[in-house]
Amino acid sequence: MVMERELYKLTAHELIEKLNKVEITSQEIIDSVKNRIREVDSKVKAYVRVEKLIKLANSPTRQLANILNGIPISIKDNICTEGLNTECCSKILGGFKPPYDATVIKKLKEAGAAILEAKTNMDEFAFGSSTENSFFGPTHNPWDLECVPGGSSGGSAAAVAAEEAIFALGSDTGGSIRQPAAFCGVVGLKPTYGRVSRYGLIAFASSLEQIGPITKDVKDCAILMNVISGHDPLDSTSVNIEVPDYTKSSHNDIKGIKIGIPKEYFIAGLDSEVKTIAEEAIDKLKDLGAAYKQVSLPHTEYAVPVYYIIATAEAGSNLARFDGVQYGFRAQGTGHRAQGLIDMYKATRGEGFGEEAKRRIILGTFVLSHGYYDAYYMRALKVRTLIKQDFDEIFKECDCIVTPTSPTPAFKIGEKAADPLKMYLSDIYTISANLSGIPAISIPCGFTRKGLPIGLQILAKPFDEEMLFRVAYAYEQNTPWHTIKPKL
Amino acid sequence: MAIDKETVKYAAHLARIELKPKELEKLSQQLQDILDFIDQLKKIDIKDILPTSHILPINNVLREDCPRESLPSEKTLMNAPLKEGSFFVVPKVIE
Repeated sequence: MVMERELYKLTAHELIEKLNKVEITSQEIIDSVKNRIREVDSKVKAYVRVEKLIKLANSPTRQLANILNGIPISIKDNICTEGLNTECCSKILGGFKPPYDATVIKKLKEAGAAILEAKTNMDEFAFGSSTENSFFGPTHNPWDLECVPGGSSGGSAAAVAAEEAIFALGSDTGGSIRQPAAFCGVVGLKPTYGRVSRYGLIAFASSLEQIGPITKDVKDCAILMNVISGHDPLDSTSVNIEVPDYTKSSHNDIKGIKIGIPKEYFIAGLDSEVKTIAEEAIDKLKDLGAAYKQVSLPHTEYAVPVYYIIATAEAGSNLARFDGVQYGFRAQGTGHRAQGLIDMYKATRGEGFGEEAKRRIILGTFVLSHGYYDAYYMRALKVRTLIKQDFDEIFKECDCIVTPTSPTPAFKIGEKAADPLKMYLSDIYTISANLSGIPAISIPCGFTRKGLPIGLQILAKPFDEEMLFRVAYAYEQNTPWHTIKPKL
Repeated sequence: MAIDKETVKYAAHLARIELKPKELEKLSQQLQDILDFIDQLKKIDIKDILPTSHILPINNVLREDCPRESLPSEKTLMNAPLKEGSFFVVPKVIE
């Protein structure tokens, strides 16, 4: 029997079981998680505006029919929660309280979840791979407080890893769920583009991003996907395909599944410890009965440059809305009569956006501008076609693809901060899934000698999240990694 | 390609972002590095390849044209840095 104050250690599915047996109440879970946050968040800094935590956004419903039944969930700061500050960890959205809920939040509330008032830290507007670009300062990796938690959903991943959250939502535009999940030793899933509604996700790159779960284990990930997936008339890119019960894919049997191992992911630039650990994980899958073959994704090396054209072009357009008129920050001295409108825009955006945001918006504006559009943007869209075709080819003969999630373990805070290009390369294994829209999951698959967790990435055909859950669950049930927790 | 400070300044103007001289200096160098990296895409033959702007085979998603719930103006204005009555206030546009 877990003591009341240690309920924070449990997974959502364990809590659901206890709630159903009426052994505990949802209030006890919430109190336990809040105590844990008070205990360790001063070290980890996974949450922003943590002082707001005392209040709860919605009173959880107590009907047993609701699967989540008052279990608290932590939400990334770029997903709109009605009346609760949602600032994308940017100065320019300071004080913004959305007048409506994102569709995923609406679905979570309907399922009985309690939305925590403090949101999780992130790189400003999801621009980054380390959570160092947050206006509120960096989050620390629970496994080594001097290291980054990854990004941009670093707060969500660190909160789950540090047991400051039962589970969390992040968003993934180029790896922003999977890479921090790998760095923090937790499970993170990017759904197929169109599987989960983006309505109420503050847009960064609309053709690439998806909201997804970050959880302690694979079963919790499936439970959360059951709740948030599905067609939404408010998002014209959400797809009307029936949502299966993802928890039914967890049956610990992968005999005969065909796994592709792309040779381009195991070359120079891959840390030798990560390589060894990923290869051991692949051997484990083989032992469990999976068949595997080496495959080729020949356009892999072009994924990062293609991404930084398309993602910045879309960001430049999407972030045009932050102009000091409708919401958020307006530069001082640019009120009623001072200067002209354009000066007000420029001053507001110059002061309100952080360094990386300005870099991306200006790059995105440049690649779309007259005279450069064809050379950059149009070329990138065409290479995107080639990258997508690489995957289409492989999925003709494989059920899934397995790779390391990131080429290195978590790096030190500050290590890559001065070199944007070096930081961009941290996403080299995750970006292709966004460019081609396919689903991908990262699960823990071991630790380095220094005790940093490593993630294994599994990718599947569009709308075949069931395959991800099947392989991930079988691996998890036959390895100890998800049961090992950081000491804080 | 080489990107000079004037081009960066012009892109910043189009993006309505004010850059301090120091920022412009640093950013021009960084954008140059990024563009040099991006230029590897020129190696690929893209003749006859169609662009992918979107991975889903769905187009022109329409809905029934019927009234539905919308935000009342107080809620629409609740986050405005400056407002008057039911209006957003901006600096003078017409001289």
